[in-house]
Amino acid sequence: MEVSIWIFLLLSVLKVAVVTVILLTAVAYTVLLERKVVGRIQNRWGPSRVGPFGLLQPLADGLKLFLKEDLMPTNVYKPLYILAPLIALACALISISMVPFGKEVHYHGVDLFQISDLNIGLLVILGITSIGVYGIALSGWSSNNKYSLLGAMRASAQLISYELALGLSLVGVVLRTGSLRLRDIVDVQAAHGLLSWNIFGGLQIVAFFIYLIAAYAETNRTPFDLPEAESELTAGYHTEYSSMKFAMFFMAEYANMITVSCVATLLFLGGWSSPFGNLLPAWGGPIVQALLPVFWFVAKVFFFLFLYIWVRGTLPRFRYDQLMGFGWKFLLPLAIANIIATSLWLAFRAA
Amino acid sequence: MQGANYFWNYVPLLLQILAAAGLGAGMITASWFLGRHRNTKAKLDAYECGVPVEGDARGRFSVRFYMVAMLFILFDVEAVFMLPWAVIYRELPKISGSRLFGFWEMLVYLGFVLVGFFYIWKKGILDWSADKGDL
Repeated sequence: MEVSIWIFLLLSVLKVAVVTVILLTAVAYTVLLERKVVGRIQNRWGPSRVGPFGLLQPLADGLKLFLKEDLMPTNVYKPLYILAPLIALACALISISMVPFGKEVHYHGVDLFQISDLNIGLLVILGITSIGVYGIALSGWSSNNKYSLLGAMRASAQLISYELALGLSLVGVVLRTGSLRLRDIVDVQAAHGLLSWNIFGGLQIVAFFIYLIAAYAETNRTPFDLPEAESELTAGYHTEYSSMKFAMFFMAEYANMITVSCVATLLFLGGWSSPFGNLLPAWGGPIVQALLPVFWFVAKVFFFLFLYIWVRGTLPRFRYDQLMGFGWKFLLPLAIANIIATSLWLAFRAA
Repeated sequence: MQGANYFWNYVPLLLQILAAAGLGAGMITASWFLGRHRNTKAKLDAYECGVPVEGDARGRFSVRFYMVAMLFILFDVEAVFMLPWAVIYRELPKISGSRLFGFWEMLVYLGFVLVGFFYIWKKGILDWSADKGDL
């Protein structure tokens, strides 16, 4: 079917707008969720005054940050100082465009549940999240502050070290699928529900845990939040930032958390496919058929976000030498061993 | 978009890049004009916990960070080489006629990489705690 270019463009703009708004709202409410859950873990209530159950707290925080004084310290290198939070936030928001949220549903020939369906989707996500390192490195350097510089050096070294393990842990999944297109990766896992997900049926449970640990390090979350270890580095790379520029680093961190959770869901937990697979007969009309996968996808992503917060409430911070040693001496060899084991298994299973 | 050039699929990605960059730029501009500006010299100094700033921040730092960056480039290139192999791996038996052809090919490559990895490990480049002054 030949598609009108104008309808295609219009629907694309709509998709971009809707997904960006949803992502930003999700970021705001992930922050609230985190404050609530960590509060309960530490035996206190968390925000509860602004609106019912503190539900309007993110709105109030956002408004406050917008109205705060936007400092431009005298010693900073201005162009990069302004550009750094822009890079960090933009990279965090772009990679979501590769993520398919549900089954392919075409409306006038345009896929409704994915912004951009590329056959190298996984590589694009990896590439764009790597560019995010520039945001952190440049912010630390341009701030002209010793803590910022130390924080940024630590952060860059940590991010690039764990990116190796992260990249290599994905090779096992690609081996099983034979494609870098995210929809293909999910389709391979859809047949028998839980049992054919990559984590179980694909025997990628080791890769899953490597990915999970590396992802925590990639998003600078506890127990790997050394770049902003407040007891030694004040606030790390964003010490000199105030107002919305500070908030942009914050939002970038949470947006990255959400993207990483989406990718983990797609690669290891079967994406939008239901845990029962084709074992249960399909029910409901076409609208339910289209929306049920989205429900499963969101549920899995929510599980990952909750895990993030749970880990933050539970584990203490690493020491820096332990962190680098763990990444290079444990995760990297383990990821390579996983690739060898998976390729051997696939070679003999194919026969 | 079906039935058209595949590269049309990149257009939504481009739109998303524009939206993200525009949103970020908008936020920076808005917060600059919305917030008040009442500056003092102390406020605009670098924040180093209230202690007067001593010298320039861009001094010397541990060379280990540089080495990690170099090693990253080497090993990331390795990871990039593995992905095309992984994509085609399950068709290799049909193409080459041997079940383990792809496996041995990659094992030789991985072997060379692992020798280098073993070397830097034994050289102590990965041991950050050897010198506390580095951290």
